[in-house]
Amino acid sequence: MAGHVLVVEDEPNIIEAISFILSREGYRVDSHGNGVDAAEAVRARAPDLVILDAMLPGRSGYDILRELREDPQTAALPILMLTARGQTRDRDLAERAGASRFMTKPFSNAEVLEAVKALTRSTA
Amino acid sequence: MVRDTLIGSRIRERRVARGMRQAELARAAGISASYLNLIEHNRRRIGGKLLVDIAALLETEPALLAEGAGAALIGALREAAGAAPDVGAEIDRVDELAGRFPGWARLLARNRARVTTLERTVEALTDRMTHDPHLATALHEMLTTVTAIRSAAAILAEPVEIAPEWQARFHRNINEDSARLAETSRALVAYLESDGEAVSETGSPQEEVLAAWDATGHHVPALERGGDADAVLRAMGSELSAGARSVLRAELARYAADATLLPMDRLNEAVDRLGPDPVVVADALGADVAVVMRRLAAMPPDRLAEPVGLVTCDASGVLGYRKPLPDFPMPRVGAGCPLWPLYRALARPFVVISETVRPAAGDGTFFTAEALALPIDAPLRDRDPVFRAQMLIRPRPQGAGTAPPVEEVGSACRVCPRHPCRARREPSILAGPARDAPVF
Repeated sequence: MAGHVLVVEDEPNIIEAISFILSREGYRVDSHGNGVDAAEAVRARAPDLVILDAMLPGRSGYDILRELREDPQTAALPILMLTARGQTRDRDLAERAGASRFMTKPFSNAEVLEAVKALTRSTA
Repeated sequence: MVRDTLIGSRIRERRVARGMRQAELARAAGISASYLNLIEHNRRRIGGKLLVDIAALLETEPALLAEGAGAALIGALREAAGAAPDVGAEIDRVDELAGRFPGWARLLARNRARVTTLERTVEALTDRMTHDPHLATALHEMLTTVTAIRSAAAILAEPVEIAPEWQARFHRNINEDSARLAETSRALVAYLESDGEAVSETGSPQEEVLAAWDATGHHVPALERGGDADAVLRAMGSELSAGARSVLRAELARYAADATLLPMDRLNEAVDRLGPDPVVVADALGADVAVVMRRLAAMPPDRLAEPVGLVTCDASGVLGYRKPLPDFPMPRVGAGCPLWPLYRALARPFVVISETVRPAAGDGTFFTAEALALPIDAPLRDRDPVFRAQMLIRPRPQGAGTAPPVEEVGSACRVCPRHPCRARREPSILAGPARDAPVF
């Protein structure tokens, strides 16, 4: 198995597409659909990588990211941040909160796959 | 205003802008400092070789000192230079640019104004993108749906074989998502169209109102004839945002009330007989001097030999209505000069403060400024009144003398060469000591 990926995203069709392309490459993919208990879900499932949407129902992705970075258990966990905005401000916000990588919607399947491979490889 | 009597003022303005001392220039020109002082205060005529020499020492053309260029144009060029200090525009030679290439200078000034307007629009839109939760959510939803469609379509377009149940699932997803995208797009367009007037080309509501007044020449014939202020608002404010229309509605209502209190025919007759001194006219007509000041500013553009300007501010000093004059420019955004009698009037309400002032960056023209602050509403029990001030600006007729004290004033600190200045709040962009003045 190439690795365990948790997709925290509220759009089921995006989860389905990402799950399909990552599963095909040998990844095990789990998903979580809301922001409120996303940090708990990450700790409970202990993935190798998290794909985290910035705008989630219940809680901002940036807040979740900050919490995960403050927790020693998840401080070094690779996290790929997805956002619908591509402004410098949002990129700065994601970097300051501790994102390993930042990707703007709409992204391509190839970009996601390349980013996931790079992030899981670096921690392998 | 006869321009060739103001050569001395222009020499002084250019010398100050270059940070040169009077004694220094006098010595280099081979004349005494006291003689140069008389020249600079327009008390000695200057021409011929001395003018040529002084122009050379100030690195300008004699014709520019003799004829000058419009203060408003020069002010606009200085603002343009101040917006890009890193390009090294020769600010100390701005009058040369305006004098030698007036068409190019006007083009530059107009483009700068246009850029300022567009920057403000972009800023407002960016701010809206960031802070409008409805818009941010709608855009996020659209981009998320587009992402889902793109991912599913890319999977289906791949040459590799996909299991039939996955194919069916992605086809269904694309169908659902495209329907959702269509709906979100429609809703977003409807939202933007309904609220499209929130951001207009001219920037803030106050600026939109100023542009509308400038377009009318600050005179509204329909209201002079007793017309309906709402009808005028519909005509004048059709292109304005809701915020600007609200400001303009209040100003037109005041205009209409003033026109009823003091009809233009009556004012014309008094001005012909007594001149445009608001206190004298108010006394003769038994009228409110504040109304007379506003009515003088509302006279048809060509009615007075020398048009008058008017500016108002609220109790916090924020400028409201503005009718600038070519030689007495007023900032379109931000605060005015703290030395304007307008602000002093707030500290001495009910008193008409009358002063002779001279724009520090102007061509030496003197102005009479009359300022008055009055409460905006009737007395209330145990409540302090809230004041609003207004200032009338009248060019001082040639030969009227310059009875002291004469206050040298600016339009805004950034484009004001006055030094020293006890009221300076930020350095000037102009060369010379005003640039380095302490900021408090």
